[in-house]
Amino acid sequence: MARRFILLFAALLAVLVGPVWAPAWADDTMPPAPYAYRQLDDPALEAKAEALMETLRCLVCQSQSIADSDAPIAGDMRNQVRLRIAHGEDPEAIRGWLVQRYGDYVTYAPRITTLTWPLFAAPLLLLGLAALLLRKRFSRVGQS
Amino acid sequence: MTGPEANPAEPDLRVARWAMWLPLGLFLSFVLLVVGGLLRPADHDVPSRMIGQPLPQFALRAAVPDRPGLARADLATGKPHLLNIFASWCIPCAVESPQIDALAGQGAEIDGIAIRDHSDDLAAYLARNGNPYSRIGADDVSAVQLAIGSSGVPETFVIDGKGVIRYQHIGDIRAEEIPAILAKLREAS
Repeated sequence: MARRFILLFAALLAVLVGPVWAPAWADDTMPPAPYAYRQLDDPALEAKAEALMETLRCLVCQSQSIADSDAPIAGDMRNQVRLRIAHGEDPEAIRGWLVQRYGDYVTYAPRITTLTWPLFAAPLLLLGLAALLLRKRFSRVGQS
Repeated sequence: MTGPEANPAEPDLRVARWAMWLPLGLFLSFVLLVVGGLLRPADHDVPSRMIGQPLPQFALRAAVPDRPGLARADLATGKPHLLNIFASWCIPCAVESPQIDALAGQGAEIDGIAIRDHSDDLAAYLARNGNPYSRIGADDVSAVQLAIGSSGVPETFVIDGKGVIRYQHIGDIRAEEIPAILAKLREAS
């Protein structure tokens, strides 16, 4: 009986963990780009680059920022961000350059557009509505 | 204090008949939204927003000794080109290579950009899978790839004679997709 359980457990483990072990993607053997893992010498510029990299989305790893990802293309993006910051480019201009190429997908910093404005407007609207309803209720309590 | 009916100041607590169903209706529409999202196949493609835009300036060194490198000017020659983004370490690229050969066989002008690749690895790859490319540029830090809004390998762009990006194919080209690619190429001329 116990052996059957162990077998079942092993089979379950294989099904759950197997896909994680299998290498899904081949990777290149090139060394990382110069500034993929090297910080800028000027700490102020590096802080600027870091702040931007944390809000740029990795293109191949879906839910990671390029600061978090070890994917080669994320390293190449960090290289490009650091080099541009070092050349004095504005972080928001770099973000704009990437959004121009990949759309809003590439940025984690939300923008107000014709598509996203309800997300920003809805809470304000609900707060206004709540205030209106509560005012009615409180004024009634005051009368009685 | 004789009950709610007798006191006109007390709010009417009876709910309209239709409003009783409102929470259930809201819940069901939420379930519908979630189930719809679960059933829709996931789309992980990140399309380039550079379609219709001119290629940025670039000049890449030759990726292999027997083919010249690639610059923007080589793609704006008056004739439409296919620009294949690939690499020797990319398995779907090898799967795609017979289709690239077939496209070249049907008269398509094909240039390549090799992403993060070693010259000898690439030469071995081309010896194994065929070399239909006129020119192959080496993009060691994915700079041109990022500049044209490509997010992986393989991807194939249709570039018109003026150097404007006309179409992007994400992923490997299947045999049945060759006519569509050729049609896009004709459209661009």
